[in-house]
Amino acid sequence: MTTLQGKTAEYEIKLGRLPTLTGKPTHYCAGCEHGVLTRLVANAIEELGVREKTVLVDSVGCSVFAHDYINTDAVQAPHGRAPAVMSGIKRVRPDLLVFAVQGDGDAASIGLLELVYAANRGEPITVFLVNNAIYGMTGGQMAPTTPTGMVTTTTPRGRDLRDTGPPLDATKLLAGLEGPSYVKRVLLPIAPTGSSELYSARGSLEGAKSVINAFKVQQMGGFSFVEFISTCSVNWKMTILDSKRYASEVLTKIFPPGLYKDKLGIEKR
Amino acid sequence: MKTEKEFVKGNEALALGALKAGMNAYFAYPITPSSEIPETLAREFRSPEYPEFKTFLQAASELEAINMVIGAASTGAKVMTATSGPGFSLKQEGISYGAAMELPFLVVDVNRAGPGLGNLGPEQSDYFQATKGGGHGGYRNIVLAPNSVQEMASFPGLGFSLAFRHRCPVVILADAFLGQLKEDIVFPKIVQERFETPWAATGARGAERHVIASLNLDLEDQSKHTEHLLSKYEGIDTTEQRSEGYMTSDAEVVLVAYGVVSRLCRRAVNELRAKGVKAGLFRPVTLSPFPAKELKALSERGTKRFVVVELNMGQMVFDVRLAIEGKGSVDFIHRVGGLLPASSDIVRRVEMISR
Repeated sequence: MTTLQGKTAEYEIKLGRLPTLTGKPTHYCAGCEHGVLTRLVANAIEELGVREKTVLVDSVGCSVFAHDYINTDAVQAPHGRAPAVMSGIKRVRPDLLVFAVQGDGDAASIGLLELVYAANRGEPITVFLVNNAIYGMTGGQMAPTTPTGMVTTTTPRGRDLRDTGPPLDATKLLAGLEGPSYVKRVLLPIAPTGSSELYSARGSLEGAKSVINAFKVQQMGGFSFVEFISTCSVNWKMTILDSKRYASEVLTKIFPPGLYKDKLGIEKR
Repeated sequence: MKTEKEFVKGNEALALGALKAGMNAYFAYPITPSSEIPETLAREFRSPEYPEFKTFLQAASELEAINMVIGAASTGAKVMTATSGPGFSLKQEGISYGAAMELPFLVVDVNRAGPGLGNLGPEQSDYFQATKGGGHGGYRNIVLAPNSVQEMASFPGLGFSLAFRHRCPVVILADAFLGQLKEDIVFPKIVQERFETPWAATGARGAERHVIASLNLDLEDQSKHTEHLLSKYEGIDTTEQRSEGYMTSDAEVVLVAYGVVSRLCRRAVNELRAKGVKAGLFRPVTLSPFPAKELKALSERGTKRFVVVELNMGQMVFDVRLAIEGKGSVDFIHRVGGLLPASSDIVRRVEMISR
């Protein structure tokens, strides 16, 4: 009989158990990119050898339990305030690596001011934004990034831009500021390749590189921000594969992936 | 050795007092009548006189400021923010999180008149918000009420000590009058009191990691945490009540007042004594924990008449009634809208009440 624990152990033998991961199974839903990003972040922390000088700041949303999975010191911020909390930590302890995984509601709605001002000051901190176009933790309400027309529990007839305006593009907004050093958007989910059987995992590879670059930029004294276009099949009411297709075919039109700002030329190094 | 007196404004004294107490960081948003605090600190930032003062930052909002305070406090730094009424409302969110996560930090409220924007005159109308929690969920702050420029200078040091000893936010509740008042004072000596912060989040170097969080989805866990906070507050209530009495030993009528009003009441007591009224003054120094023990002792010693004087619609008066447990009468004199009562007004009212 294979227990869950047995399976986790098996997985860890294959991929290698990282000291930066606690090993606790995540609460993320099947198909959710939060789990992928957790792994990418842990890999990057290992690769840079900074686990013992890292402070994770939890945001509010699906990533509120990030500290359960990422094995570093952690501080939990009020909803939206992670960039302010990170600024406070970093100002008194510039030797630490400080980062947060924020959701779209946390970063681009209730916490937009904190994000924009930390970015504009060029605060040497790192924000990873998981944009799944909906409020996951609270059960599928409209997010600032919900596409026009998408049905959510608070837009039951579809998001109407006459009521709520169009989706907000945090990456573009930050790229327009002087302060940030590194602003990038990555499509994280596996993407259809054209063949009905084959999906590409290039997003994870691109994501892995971007996470490391973001941390390096912080170490060089710059503000770094990476938006990960993600999925929420549960609240989108789609199958997991349909949600991957939707992210790749619809969301990337509204939120085009790409390198929006790289003041330090980290990607060319 | 000659002690050197300096003639300074309350807000400036408070800022310099915080620096002399070894403050590491200050984050705030400007608001009248507290703005001399950030102005003074901006001037002193990077001065060789205060090498411990590592960060001064003007935030984009009160919310950003209090959350920067949370971040810095999480590392064990001595950190402070200052504001006035409308900004104090905005800071309540962060103070609730600070209480929940047991973070030591100082919040200064230079109370102006309200509600709403109100005006820039002194009031004591933030008493409830400061002493009864103020934000969401159940918690208590330690609240200190200075009544002189001298205390504006010395209370930040006391505040840091209490905040680190008990791991909780400490509020210094001043008012617009004290903030703007200029007096001769002697600054406290520079102290570098170091506090042990084994709980701080500073990177898990070879040690067990620290998670500073306030979310406990398990009901038993949250219950345990809240009970822990309660027992901490009960301990604070036992050990930290502070007050001052003036001519209370034989007093038949005792005025109860804090902050700038306690100064006016002291004068009123002198005037009443000159008229043959056996008056005294009880001045809470900590508004939370409220110095109920000493006040109750007065009522048990024989004072049967208490007159609370406040710059609000009546807030501390409830704590006074609770403290004396019906063992005497409690009357209430107030002035609101940014105005102070004259000591002669207080005398006249007390005479009427005592008749």
